[in-house]
Amino acid sequence: MALLELEGIDAFYGRIQALRSVSIRVEKGEVVALIGSNGAGKTTTLRTISGLMHPRSGSIRFEDREITQTGPSKIVELGISQSPEGRRLFARMTVIDNLFMGAYTRSDRAGITSDMERVFKLFPRLQERRSQIAGTLSGGEQQMLAMGRALMARPKLMMLDEPSLGLAPILIETIFSIVREINSQGTTVLLVEQNAHKALEVANRAYVLETGVVVQQGSGQELLASEEVQKAYLGM
Amino acid sequence: MRSGASALTRFRSIALGGMSLADYGFYILCATAVVLLLAEAVRDTTNFAQTLVFGLTQGAIFALIALGYTMVYGIIELINFAHGDVFTLSAYIGTTILGLFTVTEGSFTALNLVALVIIFPVVMLIMGGINVAIERIAYRPLRSAPRLAPLITAIGMSFFLEGVMFLWKGPATVHFPNILPQWTTTVGGVFFGLKDIFVIITAAILVALLAFFINRTRLGKAMRATAQDRDAAQLMGIDINRTIAATFFIGALLAGAGGVIYGLYYNTVYYQLGFRTGLIAFTAAVFGGIGNIPGAAIGGLIIGLTAAFSDSYIGGKWTTVVIFGILIGVLVFRPTGLLGMRVPEK
Repeated sequence: MALLELEGIDAFYGRIQALRSVSIRVEKGEVVALIGSNGAGKTTTLRTISGLMHPRSGSIRFEDREITQTGPSKIVELGISQSPEGRRLFARMTVIDNLFMGAYTRSDRAGITSDMERVFKLFPRLQERRSQIAGTLSGGEQQMLAMGRALMARPKLMMLDEPSLGLAPILIETIFSIVREINSQGTTVLLVEQNAHKALEVANRAYVLETGVVVQQGSGQELLASEEVQKAYLGM
Repeated sequence: MRSGASALTRFRSIALGGMSLADYGFYILCATAVVLLLAEAVRDTTNFAQTLVFGLTQGAIFALIALGYTMVYGIIELINFAHGDVFTLSAYIGTTILGLFTVTEGSFTALNLVALVIIFPVVMLIMGGINVAIERIAYRPLRSAPRLAPLITAIGMSFFLEGVMFLWKGPATVHFPNILPQWTTTVGGVFFGLKDIFVIITAAILVALLAFFINRTRLGKAMRATAQDRDAAQLMGIDINRTIAATFFIGALLAGAGGVIYGLYYNTVYYQLGFRTGLIAFTAAVFGGIGNIPGAAIGGLIIGLTAAFSDSYIGGKWTTVVIFGILIGVLVFRPTGLLGMRVPEK
């Protein structure tokens, strides 16, 4: 049984079709990457999983439970959280309040406290800046906070949308090594990236999206070696 | 009018020493007003202090209403034109409920005290319920419609509420029982009563409670999060509909208290009261920076003071001109208001 399974998803923005019969599977414990260029439908895929929009047809199953028409707050409760594209922090709230918002659906105070400690261990910078207003953090720190906030839901599946966007190369290294660490601690990760090279290095498996269609899939290594992927996304 | 708009944009973007020309204009105007007032304060201190007391009292009431405007705008970017009428309706409901007690007017009895303690929570809760219903009926179905649509239903709701009050108690002014202690005193020629103190203290307590709720509680933080980024708030598992309903509820608690306070202070209300008072409170919210909660409280006080000083120094018939002149000036030169939100974007 897959942890998450999308089958034949068609999604629209008004009349424009953004996803065409997209099928994706994420097994428990994996890092799965979705790569593709701008407008390929990567973010839309995450939005349909999160329940921010609903597909016109197809089905989404999480832990063998139908969630195609489930609303976003229920989906967080079921164990899927997201660090969205552009981070989308609560810019006028403190670092610590942003983290507390991540744990909004939870009421186990002890668990929230211990997860807060876990986030601070992963991102020591956030602990230093815990009382700072999120909007005044640097880009890298904001990305760390977005990831920490998503972790605070104690998700079974964490979705990361473009975590490396706009960051300096050295920070990109840090972010991806933290993705690995989060995964090794037992959280399944679905990663959306334009930085295909980095994403494929980290991912167990990956899907290539092109104008709303899955055009290729395979293990991270396979895709790294694939000629089409090298040409289109790795600039080789 | 593209050239006009761009001329304004150009004007706003002229910078001198880190501040735009429009900002200088704003501060210079504010400073001029303060200097002129200080001159008056020196020339006739008694009159100045008397005006100050009256301005603070009416400013406290404006602040309570302005908070409802700013909270709703902050979370769904709607100017809730029905809000002023929610304020008036609470005074109508308040006077009706007081009619059930055999309160004594003109002196303060134990029964008056009981009525006073009961009327605030009862009217506030009723108004909260009504405002949640208004949101459910008139705004929620239009949540994803163009922004003009809920604005029009808001105006419709405003007329509807005025119509209800008109049918209920007629077009004439309605008496609100005068049940507060009548004690008054004169300090250094300045006349004020327990009523003034009551208004200011009650408003201050309510604003403090609101600040606590917004900054410290889980639902309060969820409201701020929803106001800052609705999609992100949903991704945290925040139920947007519930949070927006809570915002309308709390806005109406404050307007409800404001209506009762207004009635207790002025002892007379009429069905169209909320139109003008609402617009003035809206001006206060814009002046403080629409969407900014401390801004609305401060803006309410400043607009209350401005109205009082204008009444006293310029003449009552000019006060409306002065206040809405401020509204236009702020919208043109400093749309973010006094405490407008400026967050560095990365």
